[in-house]
Amino acid sequence: MTCPHPPEGPEPGRRRFLGAATTAMGAALATLAGCGRDQVEAFLQHNFRELTPDELRDTVARLEREARSKYGKEIHIGTEPALPGVLFGYALDLSRCIGCRRCAKACVKENNQSRGPQIEWIRVLQMDKEQGVDVTHADPYYDPELVPQEGHFYMPVQCHQCRNAPCTKVCPVGATWQERDGVVVVDYNWCIGCRYCMAACPYGARRFNWGEPGLPAEEVNPDTHYLGNRPRPKGVVEKCTYCIQRVRKGRYPACVEICPTGSRKFGNLADPASEIRYILEHKRVFIFKEELNTKPKFFYFYGV
Amino acid sequence: MGIPATLLPPRWILGFALALLGARLRAQDIQVPPPPFTEGIFPCSACHDGKTLKVNPVRRELQGMHADIQLQHGPASRWCLDCHDPQDRDRLHLASGEKISFKVSYELCGQCHGEKLRDWRAGVHGKRTGSWNGPKQYLLCVNCHNPHSPHFQALKPMPPPVRPEAIQARRGGAL
Repeated sequence: MTCPHPPEGPEPGRRRFLGAATTAMGAALATLAGCGRDQVEAFLQHNFRELTPDELRDTVARLEREARSKYGKEIHIGTEPALPGVLFGYALDLSRCIGCRRCAKACVKENNQSRGPQIEWIRVLQMDKEQGVDVTHADPYYDPELVPQEGHFYMPVQCHQCRNAPCTKVCPVGATWQERDGVVVVDYNWCIGCRYCMAACPYGARRFNWGEPGLPAEEVNPDTHYLGNRPRPKGVVEKCTYCIQRVRKGRYPACVEICPTGSRKFGNLADPASEIRYILEHKRVFIFKEELNTKPKFFYFYGV
Repeated sequence: MGIPATLLPPRWILGFALALLGARLRAQDIQVPPPPFTEGIFPCSACHDGKTLKVNPVRRELQGMHADIQLQHGPASRWCLDCHDPQDRDRLHLASGEKISFKVSYELCGQCHGEKLRDWRAGVHGKRTGSWNGPKQYLLCVNCHNPHSPHFQALKPMPPPVRPEAIQARRGGAL
């Protein structure tokens, strides 16, 4: 046996590698140097949870500048933290929902979802009364003249803000997590768009910006939150945050306020006097896909 | 047996105390919007003054005024003066005969729908707006349910979501 010949040409030694690496880094630095200051800062921005108060202030100021130049109007990006002693919960009355989809449309307006390509965080499923809650008999595309339709009931589905959230576990970069008040959020500047979280979510609650979001400037809701409804770039995942920009200021989510049947209930699970606790203690409550042990903070109930 | 009748306070004092208690309970009640009257219909006493228009206690099909009202609420024997007070048309009356304002009509509804009234007070039946940890705006029963025909009216649904296959890609990639 003879040794194989060493490869022809210059030896791929350490010196050669370092040389190439230095050139590449130099090129990258030159590229960065060629960018504006804001672009460099955007490139070097840390995860939301690691930002110091100073960095957070500068980051928000930069994002507001970017939003202003993109939409031509002032957009406020809030960073209100979770309120102490608060754990948000939601309950939806399956016996009252008539499937009018006003919640889904109000959500789009409030949360600056893309109008085209269309993104809607809430999906209303029309189910057969004979089948009960069965997603194999669910139709989200129903379009009759009037709702409710005989023989059907309606089940809106949105993020369940799971306590044992599969989506946050699979994120390879830590761009999505659960806040102290129980809201599962996404840092759109940290998301790499791999969509693992969408595959992990059993409720189909996450949406991906396949294209540049189509959001007309005159329809932008300027009252936003960093972790919620601020305008998103292409290539990131987004989802319901219980209207984090509203609820952290004590307001109800937009879907609760629009619902004409009063089917949507929201409140603090940690407050024994809240509406949501009344429902959990007095009504027949149903947890969607309970067997998956996701422990949602979104409940369905039968109010009658 | 029991307490001699002479030791009990006179009946008028008891009545007065109960009335006070009732007023107290009402005062704590929930803030609601004004009743959604048809334009120009209130006060009812503008026509039903008891003089030019006498009370007609006969159950009948209404002709002329109020003929638009389709009464589809409970048993067929129900009619106007079960809820509207014949003497004071600007108020309603409970089964007990107590007269109440239209502003607290939920007390009238709650005589039969007690469970709904209880849930409504708790914030579970009906729509709430405002603040989850502060003041809330309630609606009266009659803001959503026509009292004469209370079944919730069907609505036209908003358009369905676009099917994935119908989302068109723009030139130069996925939009």
